[in-house]
Amino acid sequence: MNWLTSWIPKIRSERSESVPDDLWHKCNKCEEMIFRSHMVDNMWVCTICDHHERMRAHHRLVSFFGSESNFKTEIPPRLQDDPINFSDTVSYKSRLKKARAKCDMDDCFEIGVGKLEGNSVVALAMDFAFIGGSMGRALGNAIVHAAEISIRNKIPLVLFSSSGGARMQEGIFSLMQMARTTIAVKKVKDAGIPYISVLCDPTTGGVQASFAMLGTVTLAEPGALVGFAGKRVIQQTIGEELPKDFQSSEFQFKNGFVDKIVHRSKIALEINRIINILK
Amino acid sequence: MFDLIKKFKKLFDNSSRDFAKSTCSNSPMSNNINSEDNLTVWEKVQIARHPNRPHGLDYINYIFSDFFELCGDRFNENDNAIIGGIAKLENQSIMVIVHEKGHDIETRIKHNFGMANPHGYKKACRLMEIASELKIPVLTLIDTSGAYPGIISEERGQGYVLAKCLELSSDLNVPNISVIIGEGGSGGAISLALSNVVLMLENSIYAIISPEGCSAILWKDQKYKEKAAEAQKLTAQDLYKYGMIDDIIPEPKGGAHQSKTATMDQVKKYIMHHVNKLIKEFKENPESIKRKRAVKFLNMGNATDA
Ligand SMILES: [Zn+2]
Repeated sequence: MNWLTSWIPKIRSERSESVPDDLWHKCNKCEEMIFRSHMVDNMWVCTICDHHERMRAHHRLVSFFGSESNFKTEIPPRLQDDPINFSDTVSYKSRLKKARAKCDMDDCFEIGVGKLEGNSVVALAMDFAFIGGSMGRALGNAIVHAAEISIRNKIPLVLFSSSGGARMQEGIFSLMQMARTTIAVKKVKDAGIPYISVLCDPTTGGVQASFAMLGTVTLAEPGALVGFAGKRVIQQTIGEELPKDFQSSEFQFKNGFVDKIVHRSKIALEINRIINILK
Repeated sequence: MFDLIKKFKKLFDNSSRDFAKSTCSNSPMSNNINSEDNLTVWEKVQIARHPNRPHGLDYINYIFSDFFELCGDRFNENDNAIIGGIAKLENQSIMVIVHEKGHDIETRIKHNFGMANPHGYKKACRLMEIASELKIPVLTLIDTSGAYPGIISEERGQGYVLAKCLELSSDLNVPNISVIIGEGGSGGAISLALSNVVLMLENSIYAIISPEGCSAILWKDQKYKEKAAEAQKLTAQDLYKYGMIDDIIPEPKGGAHQSKTATMDQVKKYIMHHVNKLIKEFKENPESIKRKRAVKFLNMGNATDA
């Protein structure tokens, strides 16, 4: 691959005007230009520096289950938008409309039920591209729905978190999702079914402080941001520089909050192993 | 440390001046409970944070005939932002867990402004487990701007501990009751408020983020905090309308700080009423307590589309 990677950036700079944007992806870590199709084939892990880029929910499920035909999408009951009729500089309704058009999805998640090497699982992938993957009523409902599928079919629950936290535009409704989702995953665990939480970049705020940290087994992708309070808030409060690996997956592992850091290409394999050991 | 104290002093001097300007002028000293004050949302925010409002320890000292503090998380520390212990409420033994903000510079620093570290929430978890063993109800009084954001708190798993508190509260086989007595700040508040009964004082607030934080993030400037406070629908009246809380406890005219004892008498009355009801239910059907609590929160905010 080296010969390829060394000339890609040059081509990019020469042809930047004429090449459509979606042909190339600029790695958010090493900043090299990489063929988008190579990123897709490599599950959005940088082919040069191994950085795990954020992944769209649908693509996450496709790569987790191995192919589009290995899982069926489940749609939870839909709730009315905008429970507190919220506006800041723009109305929440128009934010939602924009996000839906941009992301081609109803809210920040997708649920898939399918098989991993013969083991059925229900998996929910969060999508940071949709309003920062923030947790509002829709996500809370989706997690309750996925938990119900898990319990009804006695199949493990897998949740891929990727979220900046609560959806402020839903006010107290978003806070209450911390309680709802905690109860939902507890019901799965009480039924003797494993709940596997996979912490992806980023898992912060109210999402980290509820269902994401409560897995039977908790895995994390390398280099993901995982923490409760925002770095800026912490910095302002304590007035000091933060340590270098602060709030990374590795930091969480070191402090005892993650069972294993798993490369994206091995996630399905490792989850399947866990299920096989427990079944 | 000295700089820190100075910084906090300045902060509080500013906030009380701000407050005096906007609310004290129209609120004569009065013990008139059941008032219908026409306060703006921002005035309510300021009353909820008023330094003379009764705090967690005030209630502990006032409403119980005796209280024995239980300290420590049994790992390595005792947090003073969350205080708890066994108490006697008339004839009822009860486990009480409160946030304490402190009332002057010294006590504010001692109690870390009511912003608990993970060991505070671990202590709360331990106390809930004890209540469960003793089959006594749990009462929590919520008053925090949020869980403490810091390096050590992240190292010790603030997010995990808050999640564990939520899980444990949802799983309690004894009745629990929460009162938001001042500020119900985000995860640090709800982690102790997943209860069979949740009450709010008339001028308390309960929100996912402070109006200042909301303004800074969504308006990209802190100066829209008043607008943000209104948009967030964080008053007791809003929350009651949305079905998020079970009842509102009236405050004296002008706010709880106008008469601490009148406020605490009223809070005690409401707590007694609900605790007695829950105990009766618990005796008749112990299994229903946990189930009903789970059903309540699983359906919360979904049945009633505004
Ligand atoms: Zn790279």
